[in-house]
Amino acid sequence: MKQAISLSVNGVTRTDEVEPRLLLVHYLRDVLGLTGTHVGCETSLCGACTIMLDGQAVKSCTMFAVQADGSEVKTIEGFATNGDLHPVQEGFWEKHGLQCGYCTPGMIITAAQLLERKTNPSREDICHGLDGNLCRCTGYQHIIEAVKYAATKAAGK
Amino acid sequence: MPNKYIGQSVKRTEDPRLIKGLAHYVDDIRLPDTLHVVFVRSVYAHARIRSVDTSAAVAAPGVVAVYTGQDVADKLGPVPCASALPELKVPDHRVLAKDKVYFVGHPIAAIVATDRYAARDAVDLVVVDYEDLPVVSDVEAAASGGPVIHEQFPDNIAYKLTSGEGDIAAAFTSAERTVKQRILHNRLAPIAMEPRGVLARYLPGEEELTVWSSTQIPHLLRTQLALMIGMPENKLRVITPEVGGGFGSKLNVYAEEALLGWISMQLGKPVKWIETRRENIAATIHGRGQVGDIEVAFKNDGTITGLRYNVFADLGAYHQLLTPAIPTLTGLMLSGAYKIPAIQINITACFTNKMATDAYRGAGRPEATYVVERALDLVAADLNMDPADVRRKNFPSADEFPFHTATGLDYDSGNYEAALDKAQSIADYAKLRADQKAARSEGRLVGIGISTYVEICALGPSQAMPAGGWESATVRIEPTGKVTVLTGASPHGQGQETSFAQIAADELGVNLNDVTVIHGDTGVVQYGIGTFGSRATAVGGTAVYVAIQKLKEKAEKIAAHILQADATRIAFEGGKYSVSAATAAAAGASSEPVVPVGEAPAAALPEPQTEGRTSLTIQEIALAAHLAKELPPDTEPGLSATYFFEPKNFTFPFGTHIAVVEVDRETGDIKFLRYVAVDDCGKVINPMLVDGQVHGGIVQSIGQAMYEEVVYDEQGQLITGTLMDYALPRAVHIPEFELDRTETPSPVNPLGVKGVGEAGTIGATPAIVGAIVDALSPFGVKHLDMPIKPEALWRIIHTSH
Repeated sequence: MKQAISLSVNGVTRTDEVEPRLLLVHYLRDVLGLTGTHVGCETSLCGACTIMLDGQAVKSCTMFAVQADGSEVKTIEGFATNGDLHPVQEGFWEKHGLQCGYCTPGMIITAAQLLERKTNPSREDICHGLDGNLCRCTGYQHIIEAVKYAATKAAGK
Repeated sequence: MPNKYIGQSVKRTEDPRLIKGLAHYVDDIRLPDTLHVVFVRSVYAHARIRSVDTSAAVAAPGVVAVYTGQDVADKLGPVPCASALPELKVPDHRVLAKDKVYFVGHPIAAIVATDRYAARDAVDLVVVDYEDLPVVSDVEAAASGGPVIHEQFPDNIAYKLTSGEGDIAAAFTSAERTVKQRILHNRLAPIAMEPRGVLARYLPGEEELTVWSSTQIPHLLRTQLALMIGMPENKLRVITPEVGGGFGSKLNVYAEEALLGWISMQLGKPVKWIETRRENIAATIHGRGQVGDIEVAFKNDGTITGLRYNVFADLGAYHQLLTPAIPTLTGLMLSGAYKIPAIQINITACFTNKMATDAYRGAGRPEATYVVERALDLVAADLNMDPADVRRKNFPSADEFPFHTATGLDYDSGNYEAALDKAQSIADYAKLRADQKAARSEGRLVGIGISTYVEICALGPSQAMPAGGWESATVRIEPTGKVTVLTGASPHGQGQETSFAQIAADELGVNLNDVTVIHGDTGVVQYGIGTFGSRATAVGGTAVYVAIQKLKEKAEKIAAHILQADATRIAFEGGKYSVSAATAAAAGASSEPVVPVGEAPAAALPEPQTEGRTSLTIQEIALAAHLAKELPPDTEPGLSATYFFEPKNFTFPFGTHIAVVEVDRETGDIKFLRYVAVDDCGKVINPMLVDGQVHGGIVQSIGQAMYEEVVYDEQGQLITGTLMDYALPRAVHIPEFELDRTETPSPVNPLGVKGVGEAGTIGATPAIVGAIVDALSPFGVKHLDMPIKPEALWRIIHTSH
């Protein structure tokens, strides 16, 4: 039996009837058409599906849509404001923090959370903060540099 | 005029869509009325199928159709193998198993439903009655009798091959010294972050089938799918949208791709299948999976005189596209970066009840580099020499290129000593060794590993390739002056939308943002080969470069005609054709461009104002060529050129990697202290992209050396079926890389580029393993098999005294 949910996604209120077993990531992708959130492992190990839920970076592949009822969700599509890139997005572009781009939305969101918690992170802080996100292309070094860039940029504002 | 873009770290033009989450991978493409496919896969490694009962599944809510091996056996051709080797046994590889299953994950039935949840539900309703059969899980056991996997063959040996030049027997009988070591190459899963995925749409009216697939080879896939499905190739279009990594795993033609196309034709609706990660580890090709003995003959001074490698290659249950060819690439690269007069490889390639091995990043060459570099370390240990000195002693010198190897190759260019010198200088090698000595005296386990690798890239001359080794490009300048580049390469993260635009912008003297690079659509792009084997820039980039030269020859003729000057007096610089200064002064004419090329909306194309001009931009010439009012006689209108570049040889990038590690005595944990890499990939188009390729490759090497291994148990059950069990390197596991380069241009192509996509995976593994072995050398350790885990080191440390 379907259940009614209402939540805010990237600032827009969404109300839908969903099966209780529908995963949040499939709700975002298949119902709302927000395909920037990716599925990489279905087991919350790779982090490609990371979104912000009530201000916390969470993995949307191991959560049901009904669990997000009443919440505020922000996906990668909501990170650039008025056409301006988020400092972390800018860092990834400047420092070549992505190659195939599949892990990138999750990486950016995790990195943004990391910078909210620590404005001037060390290399070790960054690596630790990104431990739940896998990248198979970049070897992480440029991602770490991208996060450092974003930290510096955000501090300058 | 110096290049404005080539050689610069230009930011990627593909990035904005990716960082905003607006790019389209296969699963992001939505077509109305799409049906979803989920596969029933074997849970046995080897079993006879007594029956497949689909009745409950067919009746399940949302299910539209269920297809079994029986249903499709005479409808679809076999999954192709492109390798041709003498006396190769090729099993009949059908898209769905019919009578027998040969590995865990072997597809048995396809369920089509209105949504993927319904399809997945129905999988559990299919009843497969299996009769389990004895399993062949170990490659050496497969070679030595026992149960036969494919009953039409007498045994499990797919082929045996011996190759190499020089008198190997004499090298060993007359050797002053020899060493021998058994070496294991762990089976790896490529794990592109985006699993495979296919969307197929058949339009019955137009009789056209479009297949969107996450592949590295759209054109080759189209040809093979046309053959498998039995439809005209020109009615089939393959589109590769954004591809989330490949690493060779998508350089293939898979059963699922053909089946999805065929199902769409049966049902007249779009059908989509998106691989789960579990399926990806079980049923997408694996890499490596060799075990063998390396033997080296050498002199007391460290000169290598002979090298022999007897190897068993674990091919898995079936041949995928290039499965049998991979071990032969190992044979080609066994000379490494050294002068070795006699080399022999003896390959025994066997079927096992596992997923097929095939081209995973490096594809047979990492295996070669690894055994050769490990062998050099063993020689150094045997002679108590520094591993760097043994390597230096056996290098061909820079003036010995082209250098012929006893594996039958001609290395194009190289200066191996320069790369080693530079790496040693950056690492401060003498001090590293001194520090290591001091650390050891304090009881610390510090190790230094060196790899001086060479790889074979830019695959390759067509003579050496199963399906053509050239690459194509079309370059055209549109009436508005915008430049369109169509490439047959199929980048999927490497950044050629940017690097090819850099080549085009510099060669045409236009702005980078006036260039768009289009790839991965057989309906738009002329036939191409694809992206693999570190070939896209060296072969595909060269095709772009030469197509531009052809285009400029035509543009120059048009310029001369319009400017009313002899072609010999026309010069091209900064995007402009000009009549030489003396002539221009005499004519007293203007050189101001009069055709604006910009973004402002305009009602109509401007008429080129050519009267009295002494120069024209190439973009103005493009407009004139399209309007075709002022062309020289017998000149085709339009301004475009196509070139298919056939390379005369492979390229041979090289370099030196130095790893420094410390092993924790208490835990066996391995920590990197330094990682220095000096790579030489010839001329560099975009240094930032090259660094990215090297970083990524090294980290995949770290994975192989320390974490990754596809494990099947003796029953052929896949033990490492999720990312919980198959361990990938994470950010916390990597050292801070110190990269540098030497630059030895390749003579094989006019750009002088060599390719860099696989350098890290080929060069790094032996350096890392060498460092760990060196750290444990106080315990008498000479070799350790990968993946080297802390537990193994802890046991060595705590059981030796």
